[in-house]
Amino acid sequence: MLDLIVQNPIVSALIALGGLALVFGAVLGFAAVRFRLEEDPVIQQIDDLLPQTQCGQCGYPGCRPYAQAIANGDAINKCPPGGQATINSLADLLDVEAPTLDAEHGEESDVKKVAYIREDECIGCTKCIQACPVDAIIGAAKQMHTVIVDECTGCDLCVEPCPVDCIDMLPVETGLNQWKWDKPAPIEERPLNIIASDRGTTGEAA
Amino acid sequence: MGSLIKVWDIPGGVHPPENKTQSLQLPLGKAPLPPSLTLPLNQHIGKPAKPVVQVGERVLGGQLVAEAEGIFSARVHAPSSGTVSAIEDRLIPHPSGYSAPCVVIELDGKDEWVPLERCEDVNSLSKSDILDKIRAAGIAGLGGAGFPTSVKLNPRADHKIHTLILNGTECEPYITADDILMQTKAEEVVAGSQLLAKLLDFPEKILIGVEDNKPEAIAALEKAAEGTEIQVISFPTKYPSGGEKQLIQILTGEEVPSGQIPASIGVVCQNVGTTVAAYRAVRYGEPLVSRITTLVGEALETQRNVEVLLGTPIEFLLEEHGFNAKKASRLVMGGPMMGFALPDPSVPVIKTTNCILAPTKKELPPPQPAQACIRCGLCAEACPASLLPQQLFWYAQSEDFEKLEAHSLFDCIECGACSYVCPSHIPLVQYYRASKGAIRLHQQEKEKSDRARRRFEFRQERIAKEEAEKAAKREARKKAAEEAKRKLAEQGNDSAPRKSVDPVADALAKAQAKQQSPEVQRAKLERSLEAAKSSLERARQPLEPSEPGVEVTDEQKEKQKARIKQAELKVQEAEKKLQQLTQDAQAPESKPEPEAKSKPDTKAKSDDPVAAAIAKAQAKMNMSPEDKLRSSLESLYKRLSKAEEKAAAAREAGDEKADALQQGVDKLKQKIADTQKELDEQKPSTVAEPSSASRHNDDVASQAIERAKAKAAAMETMSAEDKLRAQIESVKARLEKARERLANAEAEENENVEAFRTGVTKLEDKLQQLTEDR
Repeated sequence: MLDLIVQNPIVSALIALGGLALVFGAVLGFAAVRFRLEEDPVIQQIDDLLPQTQCGQCGYPGCRPYAQAIANGDAINKCPPGGQATINSLADLLDVEAPTLDAEHGEESDVKKVAYIREDECIGCTKCIQACPVDAIIGAAKQMHTVIVDECTGCDLCVEPCPVDCIDMLPVETGLNQWKWDKPAPIEERPLNIIASDRGTTGEAA
Repeated sequence: MGSLIKVWDIPGGVHPPENKTQSLQLPLGKAPLPPSLTLPLNQHIGKPAKPVVQVGERVLGGQLVAEAEGIFSARVHAPSSGTVSAIEDRLIPHPSGYSAPCVVIELDGKDEWVPLERCEDVNSLSKSDILDKIRAAGIAGLGGAGFPTSVKLNPRADHKIHTLILNGTECEPYITADDILMQTKAEEVVAGSQLLAKLLDFPEKILIGVEDNKPEAIAALEKAAEGTEIQVISFPTKYPSGGEKQLIQILTGEEVPSGQIPASIGVVCQNVGTTVAAYRAVRYGEPLVSRITTLVGEALETQRNVEVLLGTPIEFLLEEHGFNAKKASRLVMGGPMMGFALPDPSVPVIKTTNCILAPTKKELPPPQPAQACIRCGLCAEACPASLLPQQLFWYAQSEDFEKLEAHSLFDCIECGACSYVCPSHIPLVQYYRASKGAIRLHQQEKEKSDRARRRFEFRQERIAKEEAEKAAKREARKKAAEEAKRKLAEQGNDSAPRKSVDPVADALAKAQAKQQSPEVQRAKLERSLEAAKSSLERARQPLEPSEPGVEVTDEQKEKQKARIKQAELKVQEAEKKLQQLTQDAQAPESKPEPEAKSKPDTKAKSDDPVAAAIAKAQAKMNMSPEDKLRSSLESLYKRLSKAEEKAAAAREAGDEKADALQQGVDKLKQKIADTQKELDEQKPSTVAEPSSASRHNDDVASQAIERAKAKAAAMETMSAEDKLRAQIESVKARLEKARERLANAEAEENENVEAFRTGVTKLEDKLQQLTEDR
């Protein structure tokens, strides 16, 4: 055996290389099957940045489909509930220039809203229940429906199907739990009266 | 004593002007009763309490006004007697300037109290009794944060407490509330410490930490603590030594790890004011309805400490102390370093109001305009938590939340030392507070959006599943229909319809079953008529005996009448049906009836298709041979008369065909004679011996009968009653399903609602019929 290898170095080298190729090929093949990714991981990342209102204003039936569409090259400025902040973070993630919100899909609203059903007007048609993308409306046929405020994403989708127009979109009440201190205005925007002659206007004890 | 104990130092810290003497010139006062008290339901950290009084209700001092909601909550009690005038949103002392639910009590000035449950021997109480009393008294941390005390005093079992620290540091300028408390109530502080020590299984060390700028308090405490295991430790004054984590570090040299509570390193820290309140709650049964508050600032005529009822409007207190609104630059609750400007002087004193500062502009000038950061690093030197305020500032400006968290923003105690030393007057703490809030909101939103995502995905899955189920059902129905078609085609060849699973064959069978023999129909109708009559009888019966004496309510009578009417209607219906049946039967009576009678081997109950088939086959067989002969004879006669006419016409015309025609006529006559003879022969023997012509016919028919009989026998193995029951069951099931479908359709406002409804009514009718049959 040793003799054979010594005598035919080229052949033995070829055999050795071929054997290595087979081993690595098997390992890679196994890894390709075992650690296969079901979908593009960037879709998950994009989906995480989207506001999950599931409103469909982007033209897709929910946030995840839109995330898929973005991963496939759709524009990132079709999400009014996310607004400019979402567009910016998406641009950051995808390393592209951040466009402004496409007005065609709606306007960004500063106030978060939730659906509210005027319960004595509700006829119990269940249409809004079927429309709600997050199952945030409870009720049954011919029974009054109501919105689970904590689960409502404010997507607006239940307003349209209501035959008696008893659904309002009300701004979310901001209680103490939602309150936070304001960020001070940026230094550049504040009046800088620091020259001695200006002191009188800013306060006597400088 | 204190000198024997080593104290450590904290990093950073500042030395702002103390300004503590102004409020210590006068002894502890007592604020007079205000006309009304406003008690916010959330004076503590945690869930707001739930009001247990009604508007208009009279309450006594010490009476429970609002019950704690869960563990992280604290009770609220009425500080004096009066009437609840409102439970509504009022402005609360909070930097947001928001309103929150409050109980408003109009005081009657009598200050009547509920009887308090005193306890002469505190030592005899068990741990849980003490905790219950503290919880019942609604005690929350009086130092500033308002953490429910009973929670803090009940550490997790795996946290062994070795040190109890009482915080009498009061490091913030101007405030002297704890100082005066320690001076005047030193014994209670000590007694309270012992009580808390008992709750914590007697930790090895009980330390009272006091800054060395309060010599009188230290002296009083040392005197009171003499002979006990309690050590009073004084240490150099530095802001912010009074922070919980800072004080622990000063007294034990240990740092509380980031994101953990002091109990995790075996230390519990309580404010001295809280300790006294807890002691009074256990010893005298006093709920927490008042506290000591420092009223200080050049804008006040009298600066001093007062014991004030919770809920007292700050406005009222200020008036009592000669507040000059013109001189004041603003109103601050808390100290100058960590306090916040009050949105309105009408807000009440709450459990955490340790100081009300009414400074003049000179005393506490408005903040100077911020300038650019010059990166001097003074803030990092001043930070007691060893953070990097400058870095945090940059990240806060750019809202880089990840970096902020990486730089331990949440370890910032918001003491304000960095802002204090900043030469550019940058409001650093405000940046940190804003960023903390933003991160918290961001997390809340993230949680919410995650939940929305989960719900959305769940819904998608559910819808997909429903679709799949529907498709499967559709597929199954399609298959069944094809099967039925195939079977139907088979039945085209097969004379006897088979009872099968597919609906088409079912319908066919049903149609045939309807052609019941009139006998059976009549019997059935007679039975139902009988039943209807008897039920009518029954319906009439109870009314009669009731007439003589016993009262019958109108309602009952109405019901009775309705029942009778119904029964009558039923009887009429049954009679009508019976009549119709007899009419129907009269016309074709001669034919079908004998048939039905002539088949002893066939089951009279003909609602099954097999029997119907048998009947048909036999009818065919019975028609021959006599009837057949008769009919052929008739047709022969007709043909003969025609042929004779033709022959006569031909003869008159002198046609050559006349002879041929005459021949035909003769032949026909011969045939008629033959047939007549045959018929005559048949008559005596009748059915018993069928003619050779009809024999073949007979064979086929009897074969069919044989086949049908075999089937009937197979079905016969199931008893008639069982069959009927099975049928009823299946009809019931179908009715149930149909009703469901109808409900669904109604819910969805399907346009097929009408169809569904008729289906249901049909099924209902059928079910009724079947039950009657039974």
